[in-house]
Amino acid sequence: MTRYLMQRIGQSVAVVIGVMILTFILVHLEPGSTARAVLGLKATPAKVAIFNNTYGLNRPLPVQFWLYCDHVLHGNFGISYAAGQPVSTLIAQRLPRDAVLIGISTLLALIIGVPMGLYQAIHHGTVRDDIVAGTWFTLYSAPDFMEALLLIAIVSVHFHLLPASFPGGITSIGGLFTDPSALVLPVVVLAINSVAGFSQYMRSSAIEELAQDYMRTARAKGLSERMILTRHLLRNAVLPIITILGLSLPNIVAGAVIAEAIFNFPGMGLLFWQSALSHDFPVMLGATLIIGVATVVGNLAADIAYGVLDPRIRHAV
Amino acid sequence: MQSESVTAAGSPGVTPEGGEVTTRTGGRNLGLDDFLHSKRAMGGCAVVLLLVLFCFVGPLIYRTNTTAVNLNNANLPPGGGHPLGTDEYGIDILGRLMVGGQSSLELGFAVAIASTVIGALYGAISGMLGGIADAFLMRIVDTLLAVPTFILLLIVSSMFVLNLTTIILLLTLLSWPYVCRLVRAQVLALRSREFVQASTVMGSTRMRILFRHMVPNTFNIFIVTATFAVADSIYALSALSFLGLGPPPPFADWGTMLTDGVNDLFDGYPWEVYPALVVLVITVLAFRQIGDALNDIASSRSARR
Repeated sequence: MTRYLMQRIGQSVAVVIGVMILTFILVHLEPGSTARAVLGLKATPAKVAIFNNTYGLNRPLPVQFWLYCDHVLHGNFGISYAAGQPVSTLIAQRLPRDAVLIGISTLLALIIGVPMGLYQAIHHGTVRDDIVAGTWFTLYSAPDFMEALLLIAIVSVHFHLLPASFPGGITSIGGLFTDPSALVLPVVVLAINSVAGFSQYMRSSAIEELAQDYMRTARAKGLSERMILTRHLLRNAVLPIITILGLSLPNIVAGAVIAEAIFNFPGMGLLFWQSALSHDFPVMLGATLIIGVATVVGNLAADIAYGVLDPRIRHAV
Repeated sequence: MQSESVTAAGSPGVTPEGGEVTTRTGGRNLGLDDFLHSKRAMGGCAVVLLLVLFCFVGPLIYRTNTTAVNLNNANLPPGGGHPLGTDEYGIDILGRLMVGGQSSLELGFAVAIASTVIGALYGAISGMLGGIADAFLMRIVDTLLAVPTFILLLIVSSMFVLNLTTIILLLTLLSWPYVCRLVRAQVLALRSREFVQASTVMGSTRMRILFRHMVPNTFNIFIVTATFAVADSIYALSALSFLGLGPPPPFADWGTMLTDGVNDLFDGYPWEVYPALVVLVITVLAFRQIGDALNDIASSRSARR
């Protein structure tokens, strides 16, 4: 386990460095120069030269990369062109709000998806399984912005039940809950996207477990069906979901950008979208780096959790 | 969809010891027969064919103006000369649906083919090299997988003005890692199989093993991922256009038609939203059905070995 752990951590560090190289390359892909972007098109060549010198932009690329790493490791992601604030401040404000949105919706997706997958596995090969699978498959295939639009059309426009967009001017996490009804639609849209994946993995994992010998033993011992399902099947089948949870993080984040843009939810996704529209590169690249690192850490955490929870994995590697 | 097993010719009705004898068609473990008998796969293919006809042959039959702005005709409800109504620029929605579909389908097919070829080769080579080279090559893949494709797409599209060709290149660049991971895993499993070792002992070069044994045996993986790549890239372009970061007008795709979707719904022009939504869902669903059917065929075949 220790060896495996060290190996995984080593891989993760390599990927984090890779993500930093990627964002560094993207910084230099930016058309025009950073100096022109910050100082404006009318800046004199002297001013541009001073700017480049101050920020080390005239140094060789490897040195610049070293400086970039140094800044990033000290929490300095640059200054937003549009807001004039440090990128780290902007991200720090929004990250907790995303934790709330993504946390609630993923929890909801698990609460629906896991029992659904279990139900499908128990009835697999029957019409019930097909109906459930077909329904979620359709919802999963439908683009998430489409689901958002349809929900708005039905729930907000037609029945006036829930607000279609988030109230503006929210400054704290507590502020998210001032109008809880505004949270419903973004959470539901994000959850719908994850449920299909979770339930289908749960289904195939449970079908595999159902065929194992210990299930037959449990039945032969005369355990109640309820006991078999909760104690034996659920516990064993739910483990792979942990890995899926780690792997699906990039998808959830991408979904959050669209959902936040539609529902005006003041999180990283909305910030990212607005920065993309206003060509605010420091914000986009800072956010990309954070998302990349979060994904790597999420996957690592999922792997470790899997090893801790499943003794077979713990002793095998 | 359960597929029928093919009994070996010459031994009708006799089940030999160790179970039913099945034949394998060449190196490809994806049966054309199974595919042709799968209702899901055939249904999906039929829908795709209809969509291709609708988008590429449709405009030849249904002739209408799809680019010029005419505000006198703006926001007309369905009926009269416009079966699906007109949008806020007075452009016929049915006509635009056809033209928009052309770019969506071209993009889907191009990205699927290109990213599958690159990903399969990269994965196969990486898996065959093994050791440090494999570890290095895989960290590059991990890096690209760590950052959501859609996020990178948004960044690049805000830096440059994109057109269909650059979007195809970009999406290819971002989607091959998914194929690569799967193919590499299969190659690693194949490397220890007897027939590959036999081939090595017989003095086959690495190139020969790569193209004669690895690539054909991973065929089922990349044909499945290719169908999913079609669906995913059509969706990515539409999401990009929906967020207002797609190629500028007069470029049309189904996502562009939905950019003002929320406003259209509130303003009472639902006919400007639903047609594009419906074709988008049908397209994505059709390709996913084909992919899923292929997946089922491949896994039921490998289970029968």
